[in-house]
This record gives sequence, C-alpha cells and structure tokens, in this order.
Amino acid sequence: MQTSAEVGYNSKIEGEVVVTRVDAALNWFRKNSLWPMPMGLACCAIELMAAGASRFDISRFGSEVMRFSPRQSDVMIVAGTVTYKMAMAVKRIYDQMPEPKWVIAMGACASTGGMYRSYAVLQGVDRIIPVDVYVAGCPPRPEALLDALIKLQNKVSKEPVLSTQRKVAA
Amino acid sequence: MSALELAQQLKAKFSDLITDPAEFRGELTLKVLDAGRIAEVCAFAKKEQGFDYLVDISSVDNYGEDPRFTLVYELYGYGHHCHLRLKTDVSEEKSELPTVTGVWRTADWHEREIYDMMGIRFRGHPDLRRILMWEGYPYFPLRKDFPLSGKSSEMPDVAFTKPAPLEGGPFVTIAGGKDRIAREPRVRIPETDALETNARLERRKDIQEAHGHAHGPGTVEKKD
Repeated sequence: MQTSAEVGYNSKIEGEVVVTRVDAALNWFRKNSLWPMPMGLACCAIELMAAGASRFDISRFGSEVMRFSPRQSDVMIVAGTVTYKMAMAVKRIYDQMPEPKWVIAMGACASTGGMYRSYAVLQGVDRIIPVDVYVAGCPPRPEALLDALIKLQNKVSKEPVLSTQRKVAA
Repeated sequence: MSALELAQQLKAKFSDLITDPAEFRGELTLKVLDAGRIAEVCAFAKKEQGFDYLVDISSVDNYGEDPRFTLVYELYGYGHHCHLRLKTDVSEEKSELPTVTGVWRTADWHEREIYDMMGIRFRGHPDLRRILMWEGYPYFPLRKDFPLSGKSSEMPDVAFTKPAPLEGGPFVTIAGGKDRIAREPRVRIPETDALETNARLERRKDIQEAHGHAHGPGTVEKKD
C-alpha cells in the first residue's frame, strides 16, 4: 500500500516549489477543507454550534462553512439521537452526499443509542451508514468534537486516493 | 370559589355520574363513572365553571385489571386559579370514548398521543392518527405488555424498528407489581424479562426469600 509522503524542500536551493505525490496533495486539500453537513438532531447540536462559534472555532480546521446542503458537504456530523422515524431521512441525506464523504458520530446517542435502550431509538447510526469517527460524551465538549475532526483529518491524510481509482478503472 | 366548592358544584350537577371529590395532598380528583359522557362533564366544567385550560390528558394501563385503561384529565382555570382532576375508566374491549376537542382545542394532540401510545380511540376526533410513531407502526408502545426494548417491525421506505439490546441490565424497571418497591429491581432475572402476565407471576423462590415478600417483585393478580 502506498503511503503518502510530503517531501520537505529548501526554498533557497529549489525556489518556491514543493515536490510531493499527487496522493499527498489531494489528501492535504481534502483534509484541510472538510465542510461539515451538520445533522444536528438533539442536544449534541448545541455543542456542535458551540464548536462552530468563536470560542472553539471549527473553521480554523478548515470546516469554514456548515453546509446544510448534502450536495456541497464532505463530512456528515450526526449530532444527536437518531430515532427510527428519522433514520430513513438520515440515510437519504447521506446517500445524497457526493464522494468522498465521511461521517462523525457525535455523542453517545449517535454512536450506540446512548441512554435510550428503547423501542423508538436507533441503537447507533452505524446501523444505517458507515461511521469513521465516534465521539464519546453526552454531550461531548466542543474540544472533543475538534479532536474527532483532527483524527478524521489524520485518517483522510492516509487514504490511498489514486491507487484506489486506478483499481476501479482497471 | 375554591377548588372544593367547584368540585362539589360539579358533583351536584351530575349527581350519579361522578363520585364525591377525593382529596390527596391538596389536589382534588373526581371520577366519572361513564366514559361516554366525559365530554358533557368537561363542557360544563369549561363553560359554567371557568376551567378554561386543559393542562394534560394522560392514560394509565392497569394491566391485569378490568377496565384496563384509566384516562386522567387535568383541568385548570386562569380566572379562579383552581386545579381539578377528572378520571374515567375505559375497558379494553371498548377502547373508545368521546373526544373533548370540542371543549378544548388543545386536546387534539393529547388524544393523538394517547391513541399512538395506548391504542385508545376517540369518537369524533377531527384527525385521529399517530403522532410520535409513524403511520402503519403495528404496536402501541406504552402498554404494559409491550417490552421496553421494543419489537421488530418493517415498513419499507418508511421506517424499521429492532429490539434494543438491554444486555440484561439491572437498572430497568419491570412493569407490574403491587407498589414501587416491588417494581424496583434488585435482581434482574433475564428469563422472566418478558412482560407477559405469566412471566411476572413466576419469580424464583430463592430470590423471593432473599428479599422477603414485601420487597421482592410482586405478583399481579388478574381481577375478574
């Protein structure tokens, strides 16, 4: 498996040029501009809003805009309890997101159903969509969400983009 | 006028239809013996006595007793600041009583919630359909014979449900039992988790003896 590597450069010798792999460049672009689709369903949405506000500022990590349109977003942050009634809508919105897309399950309810072991609550959003990062907490602090975003960025930076596409073409 | 006077006036008007006011911790409760005339009683309470705010309608599932359901109407008046509670019983075979939406418009959604959760229908309701669960969900979740973890159901393109894994967790209340102490589970017995009457009646003897009959989960006697 190819690992993406960023090659350092010395501007005095080489000039303002960076030599790198396409994989590394693509992953760098993607990870530093992850626009969230906030699926704010319940109380975790308040902490998501706090992460987006000025004190905890999610936009310094590249998530500049909370795109409420799934067609224009990269990462869906499922923040809150997913009831069975809402589950189909969440799945439909996830399907509308274009590739590449990732999912952060924020909080106990989105990760596992939380304290609601009941007839109406989906026991974890990973039963309907694939999740990349889970955040524990009820609700998690905004810093925990930012930590999850950083973990997601590390995951994105390791993705073998071009080699995957070459396999698909062949 | 005080709440007691208003309750006695209501009793005087409807004599045999409602019981004497019962008082508990400063709150008055009247029981309406015929659920079919609840709308009449409520209309009088609103128009003549000034109970212009319906605080809540809730329903109780007396699983194992007949009549099975009790409906509780909480009334309040902004003018005289008095509360009143009206209770009425509905049997399982009938499962139906007249709506009070003609008296208070807010009863609309309260009654929809009762229909959704308990399955009690309201005659004359303008739009009686499920409010919390979706159209076509086959069960009534807050009945005592419906398990906490839920049951499987499938409606393609609408919604699905699956039972939640309780993992035999000990801190879940089991419905039924004669009082709160009986319901509070000191020991959870997974094989008797099912909320059928038989399962609740059978408790392991060694557990019963360990806790003593006063404190173990009680039995539910079916009253005929």
